[in-house]
Amino acid sequence: MTTVTTPREKYRETTQAHVASGAAAATFISSGIGVLVLGLMTTGAVLSAGLKDVLNLWNPAGPLTGKSTFAIIAWLISWVIFNYLWKGKETDLRKSFIITLVLIGLGLLFTFPPVFEAFE
Amino acid sequence: MSMTIREIWTSAHGMIFGAVFLLAFAGGLAGLYSMRPALLTAEGLQERVRRVKWGTGLMAVIAWITVVTGTYIVYPWYRAKPPEGLTDLTAYPRSFLKANEALSGWHVFGMEWKEHVAWVSPILATAAFYIVLKYGTQLAEDKQLRYMTMVIYILAFAAAAVAGLLGALITKAAPVV
Repeated sequence: MTTVTTPREKYRETTQAHVASGAAAATFISSGIGVLVLGLMTTGAVLSAGLKDVLNLWNPAGPLTGKSTFAIIAWLISWVIFNYLWKGKETDLRKSFIITLVLIGLGLLFTFPPVFEAFE
Repeated sequence: MSMTIREIWTSAHGMIFGAVFLLAFAGGLAGLYSMRPALLTAEGLQERVRRVKWGTGLMAVIAWITVVTGTYIVYPWYRAKPPEGLTDLTAYPRSFLKANEALSGWHVFGMEWKEHVAWVSPILATAAFYIVLKYGTQLAEDKQLRYMTMVIYILAFAAAAVAGLLGALITKAAPVV
């Protein structure tokens, strides 16, 4: 007897491999942390002349080099940590995503000139 | 007709990379949006996932190239300090804008926002690309994850769009020459 695979069954086979939501939650939240750190560094450089000097990693481009570098480091480190903690686990993706949007929102807020200039 | 090295880099940073970025975004978003089980056969799904991987991946790579060239090549020319006593500041865009009260907003608001918000784009674009790479065909079934990925992907584009628009307007007011 010949087994006939319908297009729908073939489709199901294609989408069968399941990846747990932990990896997505780690990816989302760490990206939010990266954006938040970028915002905190931007406003922090206005608040503290010392931090501004520390962030000045390469003088021709000024403190922007440090703000972006530290944001990337925070993003990648948090990604590795969350991925280690949540890899292969099911997480509350909706909750993780809301946290991510809040982190991104705060990060964007702190990079917005009228906000960080209010601290000058 | 000729272009200086600075003009070539500024054009590459703002227009060439910008055009590829826009193209990659459109392709990636259309692919993600249409990755619906009701619309796809098994072969169609595989093809769609491949296309979305290319779109999101290309957008992430271009976003990184754009911010790195912007920060480390073009931006130093923009913020270079003019020699003491120089009165013609046209070769020093930041000083030129700050010296003119009618134009200073392009630096104080425009450039200050652009240089920071631009860095949001590669982070979010990379996150979206990784999700597509990791979950692949599962995105077609998992509507929630697909929509979340689309939101992050659109935010990555929006950040770049703000930076790109401000960059174009600032260049119009004070070009890097």
